[in-house]
Amino acid sequence: MTTMEMRKDLFADERDDNLNVVGKGVQRQDMPGHVTARTRFFDDHAFDGMLHLKVVRSPHHHARIRAIDTSAAERAPGVKRVLRGADVPVNKNTLLSLINFGKDDEPSLAVNKVAYKGEPVVAILADSEAQAQAARKLVRIDYDPLPAVFDVEETLKAGAPVVNETYPGNYFEYHERFDHQKLRFGDVERGFAGADIVMEHRYQMSPIEHAPTETNGSIAAPEQNGRYVVHSCAQGLFFALGTTAKIVDVESNQLHFIGGTVGGGFGGKVDSLTEPLAVLGAMLTGRPVRFVLDREEEMLYGSPRGAERIYIKDGLMRDGRIVARHIRSYFDAGAYTRLSSYAAIKCTAHVPGPYWIPNVASDIYVSYTNRCPSTAMRGFGVTAVDFALEVQMDRLAEAANMDPMEFRILNAYRDGDMKPHRRAAKNTALVECVQVAAEKANWPLSEQAKRASSLLGGGAGERSQIPATQLDARGQIGRPDSRNGPVTQVLPAGTTRIAPSKQPVMEGARDGRAAPTQVPRYEPQRPAAPPPPAYQPAPPPYQPPGSYSPAPVHQPASPLPASPPPAAPAQTQHGAVRFSSVFGTRRR
Amino acid sequence: MAKLPLQFRLNGSDRATFVDPASNLLDTLRRGLGDFGPKYGCGQGTCGVCTVLVDGEPQLACLTLAVSCEGRQIETASGMADGPNLHPLQDAFMEHFAAQCGFCTPGMLTAARALLAKNPQPSREEVVEAISGNICRCTGYEPIIAAILAAANAPGARRA
Amino acid sequence: MLDLRTCASLSEAAGILSGDRQALLIGGGTLVMRDVNEGRLTEGTLVRVTDPAFRQMSAGGARVELGAGVTMAMVLANRDLACLHAAARAIGGPAVRTMATIGGNLFAAAPYGDFTVALLALDAQVVLQSGYGSGRAVALEEFLSARERGGQGLVTAVQFARPQNPAEFQFRKISRVKPKGISLLSIAAHLPLSGGRVAQPRVAYGAMAPTPIRARGVERALDGKPLDHTAIQLAKQAALEGCRPATDAIASEWYRREILPVHLGRLLAGEPR
Repeated sequence: MTTMEMRKDLFADERDDNLNVVGKGVQRQDMPGHVTARTRFFDDHAFDGMLHLKVVRSPHHHARIRAIDTSAAERAPGVKRVLRGADVPVNKNTLLSLINFGKDDEPSLAVNKVAYKGEPVVAILADSEAQAQAARKLVRIDYDPLPAVFDVEETLKAGAPVVNETYPGNYFEYHERFDHQKLRFGDVERGFAGADIVMEHRYQMSPIEHAPTETNGSIAAPEQNGRYVVHSCAQGLFFALGTTAKIVDVESNQLHFIGGTVGGGFGGKVDSLTEPLAVLGAMLTGRPVRFVLDREEEMLYGSPRGAERIYIKDGLMRDGRIVARHIRSYFDAGAYTRLSSYAAIKCTAHVPGPYWIPNVASDIYVSYTNRCPSTAMRGFGVTAVDFALEVQMDRLAEAANMDPMEFRILNAYRDGDMKPHRRAAKNTALVECVQVAAEKANWPLSEQAKRASSLLGGGAGERSQIPATQLDARGQIGRPDSRNGPVTQVLPAGTTRIAPSKQPVMEGARDGRAAPTQVPRYEPQRPAAPPPPAYQPAPPPYQPPGSYSPAPVHQPASPLPASPPPAAPAQTQHGAVRFSSVFGTRRR
Repeated sequence: MAKLPLQFRLNGSDRATFVDPASNLLDTLRRGLGDFGPKYGCGQGTCGVCTVLVDGEPQLACLTLAVSCEGRQIETASGMADGPNLHPLQDAFMEHFAAQCGFCTPGMLTAARALLAKNPQPSREEVVEAISGNICRCTGYEPIIAAILAAANAPGARRA
Repeated sequence: MLDLRTCASLSEAAGILSGDRQALLIGGGTLVMRDVNEGRLTEGTLVRVTDPAFRQMSAGGARVELGAGVTMAMVLANRDLACLHAAARAIGGPAVRTMATIGGNLFAAAPYGDFTVALLALDAQVVLQSGYGSGRAVALEEFLSARERGGQGLVTAVQFARPQNPAEFQFRKISRVKPKGISLLSIAAHLPLSGGRVAQPRVAYGAMAPTPIRARGVERALDGKPLDHTAIQLAKQAALEGCRPATDAIASEWYRREILPVHLGRLLAGEPR
């Protein structure tokens, strides 16, 4: 069994040690079922008269559908019903419409065109899987192939084929205003101008398939009183229920979803890939319907973690301090949105990584391409940019002629440091993580680096300040000329963003249209209470090793706008409000 | 196409059913006979979640022609426990946290059972080889290997 | 719908296969059932053989004959076939080896078919039976080059001469995942030494072409020479002759071409993988 070490010496006064479970072995309640093979997964249910559903998928990356002929398939042995797009009550959906985010853009069965290879066009329900597979070969679909685009940047250029007619610019539209998700803190251009070294690199990550041992699938069966029971692999059971209810156009209380026992998900079972058609099939035939992806479908057409391309530009001082960071990143949504719009928001919330940098900007795009739609996967939105950031950190350390571990300790957030998102960092622990990792790996650290602490030096001077911030209107929707527009406004130092607080959060829009999102407003940062006594007495500032610089804390090398008088450390803002990463609103 | 009659012994009980001529053993066990222990994971012999014992030898039920099992002894993970008493491998899997989602577990147990029946004191390398056709995507293989090694040392592990 | 014919004799199966273009032999099932499960094979007749001759092994003498239905597990359980154990162990995990047959491996498309690579380096012959007649033996290389066309009849057995010195026969499968991974490539080499010099070597590759192939350039470079550094360098230079590797999910064509000479050099020099 993997050994776990409890480091009780770290942050000892932030934790009471009355833990009942952490650090101890506790038997899981589902383990007896697993080892006796009694655990019931979605497919482990028997129904008399069950039909098997198989879909006919597009062989083209992008094509107009001229005609569909299902007559031979309908006459094939064992076939009970053939479904087409017109049979689907609400044949356009986007997953996050359940929380009013984004426009409906994806059909359950393609109607006029297909936008990726593998897109479902026709569904066949037959008495046996073999019969459904045989009948699948009899469906005739006449396609008119269209030019396809596969590159996240090519697709944003003028003249690129329109992948997804709902978003004709081939980008997800944020706040109905911008073609990307934007973050601005300070003035990165001035930061670069004053830096000793400016370094820019491009990073990429390919799509990754979750490859759960259990493929996506579900079984839907008529219950009584017009209800349907659905055994589902869904990771988010009520999310799948809501999505299905919307697509088949029934009240959600007509659906009885059973699940929660998932044969490996990792994010790949949140898309409701099978439930809507299985329920629709059960409604139209009155029979139980099983729709399970085979392994090839799972690998090729079950949504993957999306590809990403990331550009990072950093301004670095010779003493190792990073003074500016600009991140431009492109998420490959594939042909439809699914959860990529959310991934870009998570990415924005994660930059610039766990490091205090006085000038930060990021522009995160969601691009549509003629590839399989991508979705959630373990840390999506963060994983790839973290890879890029940490490779970049190694390169920066090399450029500054510093040990990569010490370089991270130097630049790591300390408690009380102001993040570009206008929140003070708290419960930071990167310094200690690096110290312990170095210790375990017998990696020599300087005495100064060993003495560094997440509790020391954070929020000192400008580290707690919100600098004067350059704003721009680049990427405004409907204004292609604004992609490279100039700075439009300078927010005075200390300004923090507040968002509309009366936003409806969980009212599902039955017409699928998202409620208009209000544009963020800004207000001056409110003074905050003094820091909690746990961090007292105020420690001496971090002393970098001699090789770094004599400066005890970061002093900007370039004349940045003068900061207002130091505000009190902002960490007490935490706990007062909760931040919804999707809406930028406080949860009620 | 007429269905074919098929009889074999499943976990010690005589069973009979009718199958399509090209049916595989996995569908026959699951949908014909209601033994949901073996799972469908790939249908192509890559993942091992459908591993069963046919006359004591590990086979992949998804690639096994059902009619080839006429008169044979089939054993699945569902039949490993002796009434309320778990097989030592089952105990060891529980003890060592050798399952997370649980989907690969029946196949892993069956592959391990085939190993211990022939080689009661396997080396770590032999354990790795024995489960090399079984994919786990959650817990990682280390707790599973530890569990099998522990079961090999447990009294009664040789019980088939 | 698929039909099934169970044949008690090899000649009955051979007769059905030559008379019905939609008939297909099913051995262990590892190739055919996959196509059935994935819906690629939905029509025709599966032919199953229960004839004990199909699984017979004659491995005691200098000339070895193995029925096409002999499984990898059976090879591994037979001490007389030690020279083929490395190749048999390279096929799948234990459950696949219980099922996968020698005959089936002859039909496995790249990057599968590693066992056949070993047979090719052993200069094996394939016994084919067409219709109800008697079998005829053809060179494995000839069989493989005609494999795509099909219609060669029923493979009933393979034959080869046992290497006189087991140390002179080597097999390596190169894969990323261990112990069980799909081939980046595989190499089998029979390098008989006579008076300190290699005499009539046979070297074969898997996954370097649509079927296993002979490495004729390597064979020429080594023939008649002592297996020293110079000969190994020449062999590595000639390693890619005749190769047409594919780009697939396991590796790119470029990568396969890059690593083949490296692994060939290590095998010839007796270095670990």
